[in-house]
Amino acid sequence: MHAVAGLDLNVYEGDVFGFLGPNGAGKSTTIRMLMTLIFPTSGEIKLFGKDIYKERKYILSRVGAIVEKPDFYGYLSAYKNLEILARTSGYPVTKKRIMEILEMVGLDKRYKSKVKTFSHGMKQRLGIAQALIHDPQLIILDEPTTGLDPQGMKEIRELVISLSKDHKKTIFLSSHILYEVEMIANRMVIINKGQTVIEGSVNELLDATEARVNIEVDDPQKAVQLIGETSFNGKIDSVTGNTVILFAHKSDIAPINKKLVENGLSVSSIVPTRSLEEYFLNLTEKVE
Amino acid sequence: MTGLVGIELYKIFRKWRTYIGFITIAVIVLVIEISMLIEGENYLRFLTRNLSSIFVFEGNFLNGYVMSYLVMGALAIHIPFLITLVSGDLLAGEATAGTYRMLITRPITRMQLLTAKVIAATIYTNLMVAFLGFISLGLGVVLFGTGELIVIKDVLFIFSQDDILWRFFIAYGIASLSMMVVTSMAFFFSSLVENAIGPIVSTMAVIIVFYILSNINVELLQSLKPYMFTTYMQSWNIVFTDPVEMSELWNAVLVQSIHIVFFLGLTFYLFRKKDITS
Repeated sequence: MHAVAGLDLNVYEGDVFGFLGPNGAGKSTTIRMLMTLIFPTSGEIKLFGKDIYKERKYILSRVGAIVEKPDFYGYLSAYKNLEILARTSGYPVTKKRIMEILEMVGLDKRYKSKVKTFSHGMKQRLGIAQALIHDPQLIILDEPTTGLDPQGMKEIRELVISLSKDHKKTIFLSSHILYEVEMIANRMVIINKGQTVIEGSVNELLDATEARVNIEVDDPQKAVQLIGETSFNGKIDSVTGNTVILFAHKSDIAPINKKLVENGLSVSSIVPTRSLEEYFLNLTEKVE
Repeated sequence: MTGLVGIELYKIFRKWRTYIGFITIAVIVLVIEISMLIEGENYLRFLTRNLSSIFVFEGNFLNGYVMSYLVMGALAIHIPFLITLVSGDLLAGEATAGTYRMLITRPITRMQLLTAKVIAATIYTNLMVAFLGFISLGLGVVLFGTGELIVIKDVLFIFSQDDILWRFFIAYGIASLSMMVVTSMAFFFSSLVENAIGPIVSTMAVIIVFYILSNINVELLQSLKPYMFTTYMQSWNIVFTDPVEMSELWNAVLVQSIHIVFFLGLTFYLFRKKDITS
């Protein structure tokens, strides 16, 4: 049994690439191997078309990463941590460059503060700063929103989008939250048991499968009856209060809404949700 | 490499624990020398009690050189313990803090990282021994002045003032080598674990066990004694004989150097392919 075997990922320049998989799928193991923290029992690993062990210095000078949670020298300031990590990379860092990076991640006002006084969210942002300090092409982020509150998650997601759009970085984003990847990434892969399950454009992949749709209406029983009269019959999952829960493709949502409204129902909200687990089950059912 | 060593030294000297060793040495030396200032004459009388019926002692025998010589006895256990506080933390401390991941994903080789840490640890160890020499000699000379150095072994040696300083210079050099054995061993243990307490305890345990084993009067253990590093922890004392037993001195240098190469070599070998899972 291998944690990862025969995994081939195609990340193109400028991509925000979602690297998805349930817990234990082999995401962190893959990232640790890519960053030479752990070694494969056999085979080779190539990044930028070069062998990671033969061209390690060249490759790692073009990659910045947060592997699991970002940890720093708590007794040193944010500024000093970045300076140390940049110099360790052999990057000729200047004070201006460090302050620019700190400003980019919103920590410029706290540059003198010791990292041990930072919140988890601030450490995550400093983690992104250290990944950027040597101006790499590819940024690998291993579940960067884990443990953050909703505001912190939003800030990190916005930062990742900005890195891609404004700073033209290629992002490799590991996550177990499908919604997160759906919001940020343009391409994605789902792995399980160390192997690729599916890979492609986020929109194409997600549009091809059904999402769980929560429809809040004033008369849920009538809504169920109306939906039952359509081709969506049999896909209703449940009714909770005023909410009808069903499974539908994204392209089906508008016709359902139209049908309900035309029949005099008041639709308060339609919220499509899709968890990785459901999506994953859906995929494997199709494969089987 | 200079930059990496500078970074490692910066990290060492920004930690509070680094100064525990220097402060402890200063306190030990201060207490010993002030105690000797108060009760030194009684101590000297005690030391020379068997000889006073044969020799007449005249002059300043309780001087700065004697103080420094007495303080060097701390190199057996006390100073090694203080050294492990830092050298045992060099790699394990990175694992505990989680900063291994940050360092090893940089475009430098693991060998470069280890080499920088070893050089920084060597500088720290030598600074510690030099500090011990500087403060014990310096304070001793200020408090007691200079004079001949009396060394009582199986034979009584009295070194004149112009024959002392070079002996101290070499003695501290040998002491540094002995302390480097401790540093390299703590560094080795530090590479194996993810908690800095482990290397400190392991290193001190090995030193104490080896001391005990080498003092048990069993033929097998006595035959191993020449190969145990603890046998040479006090080898700085060889230079305080006249003439200096050069073969004994070189043997001590050789055995200790082999230990250093062994521990560091093993660390480098194992760390080269070590999976960083912390």
